[in-house]
Amino acid sequence: MAIKLPIYMDYHATTPLDPRVLDAMMPYLTTKFGNAASRNHSFGWEAEEAVETARKQIADLIGANAKEIIFTSGATESNNLALKGVAEMYAERGNHIITAATEHKAILDTCKRLEKHGCRVTYLPVTASGLIDLDMLRESITDKTILVSIMYANNEIGVIQPVAEIGKICKQKGVLFHCDGVQAVGKVPVNVIQDNIDLLSLSGHKIYGPKGVGALYVRRRNPRVQVTALMDGGGHERGMRSGTLNVPGIAGLGEACALCRKEMAEESARLGALRDKLKDRLAASLDEVYINGTMESRLPNNLNISFAFVEGESLLMGINDIAVSSGSACTSATLEPSYVLKALGAGDDIAHSSIRFGLGRFTTEEEVDYVADKVIDVVRKLRELSPLYEMFKEGVDLSKVQWAAH
Amino acid sequence: MAYSNKVLDHYNNPRNVGALDKHDPQVGTGMVGAPECGDVMKLQVKVNPATGIIEDAKFKTFGCGSAIASSSLATEMLKGKTVDEALEIKNTVIVSELALPPVKIHCSVLAEDAIKAAIADYKKKNSVGNHAAAQVAQ
Repeated sequence: MAIKLPIYMDYHATTPLDPRVLDAMMPYLTTKFGNAASRNHSFGWEAEEAVETARKQIADLIGANAKEIIFTSGATESNNLALKGVAEMYAERGNHIITAATEHKAILDTCKRLEKHGCRVTYLPVTASGLIDLDMLRESITDKTILVSIMYANNEIGVIQPVAEIGKICKQKGVLFHCDGVQAVGKVPVNVIQDNIDLLSLSGHKIYGPKGVGALYVRRRNPRVQVTALMDGGGHERGMRSGTLNVPGIAGLGEACALCRKEMAEESARLGALRDKLKDRLAASLDEVYINGTMESRLPNNLNISFAFVEGESLLMGINDIAVSSGSACTSATLEPSYVLKALGAGDDIAHSSIRFGLGRFTTEEEVDYVADKVIDVVRKLRELSPLYEMFKEGVDLSKVQWAAH
Repeated sequence: MAYSNKVLDHYNNPRNVGALDKHDPQVGTGMVGAPECGDVMKLQVKVNPATGIIEDAKFKTFGCGSAIASSSLATEMLKGKTVDEALEIKNTVIVSELALPPVKIHCSVLAEDAIKAAIADYKKKNSVGNHAAAQVAQ
């Protein structure tokens, strides 16, 4: 079968809508256009029914109760609502929040904002594996700590934090635990009861659902968690999130969750095998490749790898029929290399040389083979061009060279 | 980011890739940049001592496509120029030739620095330009 180019291998950034999800949404984009808050007529009732079905589908995927699901515009909003909402609601109890250096910007920048408003935030470092140190977490919790926010799986390196242990520690210490589950939900089993998660953010477009819709799980029992709303309005979603519900989006998110729940076991095994094939082929054909973050605890669809002595953007340019992303500064708006890779302590040069492969539901083995061939070819070509590779081959210790920094 | 056709051409068909013998007295080697910054350029010139004309130029670059293109173009521009003419090459010429966007101007600056470093190395090896200073000192 001929391969269709370009190949999409950036599933951590976003995913295409599954056609089955679109089918589930279509009625609510057309004939069933009612407002879910309209209580007086059938248009409203059928919209409300769709919303409640979706709420149940989402809850089932994460081991929650349907009443604990709050719909939002996406995970950025969910994260903002969780952090700001808890900080305000529990201000009398304390002002200290603990998070990690490798969190998504929607967490880190929200924390920075909260710091300006009197919160104190501890940013836990990670080890070279990309995981936080549980003892350090334990020691960081004080009597002022109200919230720990640690992501389930990292969006760049795919490493899965020891969430169940974190949940247990938070429970023992009587501190709320928020988890950014965007990359993990639908990919690996997430259970808010077993993991003692009090608040969980998730997003539609990362799981083959539509963009512009997400959810926040807010625990209702043991303990009952409350968050102060970000926006004032009609008091939708138990007063925590006002605004007319995005019914088609919500129906899509629900269907996306139902599909993930049904197909997760088979799909994660398939993706894990494809990912390992890609990794093994690259490692077998090229020297000096480094996997960023541990392979022991990782999403099955993620590979973040650095090709030493090759700059990431130039590599992307050579594989321009493959959609992936790089931690190189040249590909970022800030001209800074990936802060996640820097947090691993790998050095900026490794960050500049990194590529993130994200496999997904529509990735085929033929595509993986094509990508492996192409990457190997371009890396070899660029190393022919690389003065660093030449020096490495001559036995020069690059860490001891006095670079004329500019 | 969209690249200009000229950048793509140099990236896909880089000119004068390779290395000259850095111990050859006729060869000047310049290496600028740092791996942490995401670009390192090594540029070499081979000068005819009788005429002072650059007869060959080679480069190797670790960096983005624009950095590769800037150094590739620089080697093309250097060939046939005298050492002193080479020092007149300005980064702005590279910027306009490759249609570099503002965020990539540093690539052209690096190429200009690499040219200057290579020529300085050649002059150091051959004490060109140091005669006058030496005479004054005497």
